Amino acid sequence: MIWNERMECMASGELKEYQSERLKRTVDYIYNNSPLYKKKLDACGVDLALIKGIDDIGKLPFTAKDDIRDAYPFGLFSQPLENITEIHVSSGTTGNPTVVGYTKEDVKLWSEVMARALCCAGAKPGDMVQNAYGYGLFTGGLGVHYGALEMRLTIIPSSSGQTKRQLKLMSDFKPRILTCTPSYCLYMAEEAREIGLDPRKSSWEIGVFGAEPWSESMRKEIESSWNLLATDIYGLSEIVGPGVAQECRHKKGLHIWWDVFYPEIINPKTGKHVKEGEPGELVITTLTKLGMPLLRYRTRDIVSINYDICKCGRTSPRISKITGRTDDMIIVRGINVFPSQIEHVLLGIEGTKPHYQLVVDREAGKLDELEILVEVEHKIFSDEIKQLRIFEERITREIESVLGVSAKVKLVEPKTIERSEGKAKRVVDKRVK
Amino acid sequence: MKLTQLSVFLENKQGRLYEVCALLGKNKINIRALTVAESEEFGILRIVVDKPESAMRVLKKNGFTANLTDIVAVEVGDHPGGLAGILKILFAGNINVEYMYGFVEKFSDNALLVFRFEDINKAIKVLGKNKIRIVGKKEVDNL
Amino acid sequence: MSKLPEVRYWSKEFETIDRPSLKKLQVKRLKETVSCALKTSFYKARLKKAGINGPEDIKTLDDLEKIPFTTKDDLRECYPGGLLSVSLEEVVRIHTSSGTTGTPTVIYHTGADVDRWTDLVARSITATGAGRKDIFQNMMSYGMFTGGLGLHYGAERVGMTVIPIGGGNTRRQIQLMHDFKTTVLHITPSYMLHIHSKTGECGFSVNDLNLRKAYLGAEPYSENTRRKVESLFNIDVYNSYGLSEMNGPGVAFECVYKCGMHTWEDAYILEITDPKTRESLGPEKEGEIVFTTLTRKATPLLRYRTRDLAFVHGGECRCKRTHRRLSRITGRTDDMLIVNGVNVYPSQIEEVIMRVPQVGNNYQICLEKEGTLDKLIVKVEIYSKMFRGDLGEIEILKEKIKTELRAAIVINAVIELHEPGVLPVFEGKAKRVIDTRQKL
Repeated sequence: MIWNERMECMASGELKEYQSERLKRTVDYIYNNSPLYKKKLDACGVDLALIKGIDDIGKLPFTAKDDIRDAYPFGLFSQPLENITEIHVSSGTTGNPTVVGYTKEDVKLWSEVMARALCCAGAKPGDMVQNAYGYGLFTGGLGVHYGALEMRLTIIPSSSGQTKRQLKLMSDFKPRILTCTPSYCLYMAEEAREIGLDPRKSSWEIGVFGAEPWSESMRKEIESSWNLLATDIYGLSEIVGPGVAQECRHKKGLHIWWDVFYPEIINPKTGKHVKEGEPGELVITTLTKLGMPLLRYRTRDIVSINYDICKCGRTSPRISKITGRTDDMIIVRGINVFPSQIEHVLLGIEGTKPHYQLVVDREAGKLDELEILVEVEHKIFSDEIKQLRIFEERITREIESVLGVSAKVKLVEPKTIERSEGKAKRVVDKRVK
Repeated sequence: MKLTQLSVFLENKQGRLYEVCALLGKNKINIRALTVAESEEFGILRIVVDKPESAMRVLKKNGFTANLTDIVAVEVGDHPGGLAGILKILFAGNINVEYMYGFVEKFSDNALLVFRFEDINKAIKVLGKNKIRIVGKKEVDNL
Repeated sequence: MSKLPEVRYWSKEFETIDRPSLKKLQVKRLKETVSCALKTSFYKARLKKAGINGPEDIKTLDDLEKIPFTTKDDLRECYPGGLLSVSLEEVVRIHTSSGTTGTPTVIYHTGADVDRWTDLVARSITATGAGRKDIFQNMMSYGMFTGGLGLHYGAERVGMTVIPIGGGNTRRQIQLMHDFKTTVLHITPSYMLHIHSKTGECGFSVNDLNLRKAYLGAEPYSENTRRKVESLFNIDVYNSYGLSEMNGPGVAFECVYKCGMHTWEDAYILEITDPKTRESLGPEKEGEIVFTTLTRKATPLLRYRTRDLAFVHGGECRCKRTHRRLSRITGRTDDMLIVNGVNVYPSQIEEVIMRVPQVGNNYQICLEKEGTLDKLIVKVEIYSKMFRGDLGEIEILKEKIKTELRAAIVINAVIELHEPGVLPVFEGKAKRVIDTRQKL
């Protein structure tokens, strides 16, 4: 089933008219409603009259994550706060968090694209969804919730964690669809076996997995463990949250809803478009958002794009799985982590900047483990285990409160963290690609 | 009356303890008493040596994290109930013992124990008042 | 705090309905609810036995007394499908009670059920004088717990700006409260006091915040605590009551006069009964709260015993709402504990620790205040046979018990291991719970 057949299957010629019209309207709207954007557009000297259609999009300036953060909290909103019904926040590197505001219409748009995504994965009316993405400021939980509501599916808002309960809910209510991060899905399989539940006999037939990069081999593992169809979903809160792009059952890339989120792929260094099919940084322009529309937003995700028409009948192009990042962000259990955040925490605790390293690992069937190695220098050292434990605990607590993800702190001897050119290597990602 | 103890941070890795001891041996530093406090991933080696300051320098130069702590060496009668007698005095004096361990050698005919107290000055006072022998640095060096 | 509060209504017609018309409406809706309930095997059997074969057997509200009570145990026995009175396709939402131990309970909602629930919450919010210009920081957790999503929906319907932050992460809560100029909070009273103690640490004073109102619920608190919070933050505090069996929040809410919680009687029949004799009690008399749902299609509940104790205020409210006002919750009829807003039974804790082989038979559950927050300490004795003198091993064991407990009761407990024989031994009935918390 295709949720919005008209828009999703429209011939690209006709769609281009929509995109052009919407782009012109969005540029105009932003210029008139967001003083900061007006300044930015004025400063780069672009003549808006020259934006006649979607092909002119390259004349517009990029928007970077820092533009949102510098405008903290609401500076990039194009609507007064009283018209904003929902706010989502993602943690930033060290400075201000990234804030996104939705009007009622934006929440409606979000519901629509999420309904498209769920349908694209294979959901149909009458289905039940177990939504194990975290609810709250993280957009995963509420995004899926809105989409399922739009489709009038039955929602179990189980949110993340509490694995035994997740499994119990699955056995008791027999939902057909599971939404969560792919690593959590594998973790649940392990836990299921441990309590004597055969994952192959589960009620889940379709999985909508995202919020972290995952590989084809992981897909195979999930599919064979749970005997379900594992599909990939893509999104980021700055654009809308989950529901920007989604795989169909052919699993040949993620359909991006380009009637509302227009994609470009650029060379992150030069800012120029790459050749069709080549990998580059994904840049997205929102074409219909009102609360915080964005022009040419640089996602920092590296993907390639394929404009061939898919067998499923949707005419939208498909982006590949994310193959990398343009910054040093890592994703741990679906949560974005920047090494600079850890540095900030350590600095705040002892006033010194010890050498540290983030080690991310994932054993088979287990969740991501984030370990933070901290070199014990003279200033930190106490001859009592108790004191060192307290120190460890403080770091752990602070990091959990800043990142929203639990980490294990390991105290190590000085000079044990690998350095190259005198600089410590900040991230070691041991997860199999 | 206080003695200086050297504490060294060690990861629970094979050979680390050896490296410390070898380093001290090479530099002609003699270990008089030692203990290892362990947790899951790391440990703290606590030692009493004849030359704590130079031991500290050597260790630091070789990349170890170490510090110096004040402890008290107490003579304990080497007979059943000897230690209990001292602990009873400490208990009565409301003195909290953080940790303790024994010397390798005997002191005259008695055992020699290292005590780390929460409040070292108060502990020395209580022990003194009860005529418990506290052994000084010189005597330890002459062991 | 404010001098002459402005009274605003969400659905004035229903909120100020005269009592006779309200009763008529209740009878009509009770009949609908009974026919709905008769579609479930559980109620079919139970109502037949009581001589109720159809809605025609309900003529006046007095007939309510013919209907037997429904208990939490009934809900457990009916889990998962026994109380579902529509086809599963019509259901859009499922909420179950927390925990993996024991049998959970489940409430189903149709799209219209969620819609009506949302409306009751919107009505409650409006009764406190809040509206679309407010910035609402929802600090109750989202997901299966109804506190978060319940208020979220209502606040969006009213048109407030919702920050769906959920519980925890105090530093961030305060930061966003300041940066977003939040005006309304939904929070537990103990967490509210905790926020106050941490505001300075985060580099702010209360005066830097733009708070106007707080909805406090999910755990009992006193009038003194309300006054304390009001003066500490210079805001108005409104008492809120709800339970997942009755949807969640939005069952009873205070209006601007803050003199008891208006129970939305067009959606619920409220009875106060003597927990022992089961007699219906009049105004100002404390007893167990019993609710009947009047508008929920997917899971109708008849005369549900909440195990919460309270009374109904006599007299009329100056806001002109005709819906009776419920007092604060004064106690429980069972041994349920509320720890930082989370409900937990001692038996759930026992079940977890008794599964750990290294733990002996004796244990103790202690509740203390750490600052303004509750601290749950579980003391267990360790089997001497199991102890091998390894410190690391003890740490691992503590961590294991902690993790298992968190999985079962969603609370981070402090685990204390003791030598055998240290904890008090009881002959006869053991006193396992030591609650030294000062009442809020």
